Amino acid sequence: MTFRKIIATLEAEVIFNSIDIETEIYSVCSTDLMSDLLRFSIPESLLITGLTQPQVVRTAEIADVTAIAFIQDKRPEKEAIELARQKGISLVVTRLSMFTACGKLYVEGLRSFPEDNK
Amino acid sequence: MIIKNSIEGSFHLTGGDFTNAGIASSELKSILTELGLDDNVIRRAAIATFEAEMNVIIHAIAGTIYYSIMPEHIKIIVNDMGPGIEDIELAMQEGYSTAPDWVREMGWGAGMGLPNMKKNSDEFKIDSVVGEGTTVEIIINIKQGLR
Ligand SMILES: Nc1ncnc2c1ncn2[C@@H]1O[C@H](COP(=O)(O)OP(=O)(O)OP(=O)(O)O)[C@@H](O)[C@H]1O
Ligand SMILES: [Mg+2]
Repeated sequence: MTFRKIIATLEAEVIFNSIDIETEIYSVCSTDLMSDLLRFSIPESLLITGLTQPQVVRTAEIADVTAIAFIQDKRPEKEAIELARQKGISLVVTRLSMFTACGKLYVEGLRSFPEDNK
Repeated sequence: MIIKNSIEGSFHLTGGDFTNAGIASSELKSILTELGLDDNVIRRAAIATFEAEMNVIIHAIAGTIYYSIMPEHIKIIVNDMGPGIEDIELAMQEGYSTAPDWVREMGWGAGMGLPNMKKNSDEFKIDSVVGEGTTVEIIINIKQGLR
């Protein structure tokens, strides 16, 4: 799914973008557990999370995450935005809950590692 | 990419310092990227080192990451001064964690760090003395086809 379609589906506000909006994102990992992200994500995924501190961006960098969507209108901390800028990770915020955000993306055809890529 | 001489370095870590947590692993990742190593090798090394680094930040008082990048493999040793681990076999189990609630609120404490390190390593060793500290050794083969 293109990043453009993800933003539209989540009715998200872009906080910071570093990629071509037409970039394809093939997988998604929705979690609030950092080690789960490191374990189960594949490179160039979307991370959907409710955590907003800089640690999330740091972990996303190590996990080669392309973009992070923060749910329930949770705003990333200033330091998190700054780090994302440095590392070229895009950030968006959606008002949707974790459940609804994931459900909408699933309906539109986005799939998640590891279930579908085991 | 052929590495002729080994490249070595180290990073100091301070327990509880969440502000700087992860910088060492991020720098090591940059070094490996500049060397032009295979993406999967870089990813595995970065993840294993980061999990080890976070364990020092979360569970220990202070520590050091030593890395050496050799023609055949990357070796990462993470050494700390801290409480140590009483039952290593238990600690290695997925889901086992003694992390306090405030650490869990930051997204850590799933009990997946040590299993993640092992999974991403070609060789993994852990040694610990209760009341003194813990050492983990991570080896990742560079040559393709070895894993
Ligand atoms: N360097 C260390 N010093 C002292 N205890 C440690 C150290 N590393 C791990 N442990 C112990 O082993 C347990 C399991 O470690 P592991 O990294 O697998 O999980 P975690 O750190 O608790 O959670 P996660 O890594 O998922 O955030 C820890 O909860 C802790 O009790
Ligand atoms: Mg850990």
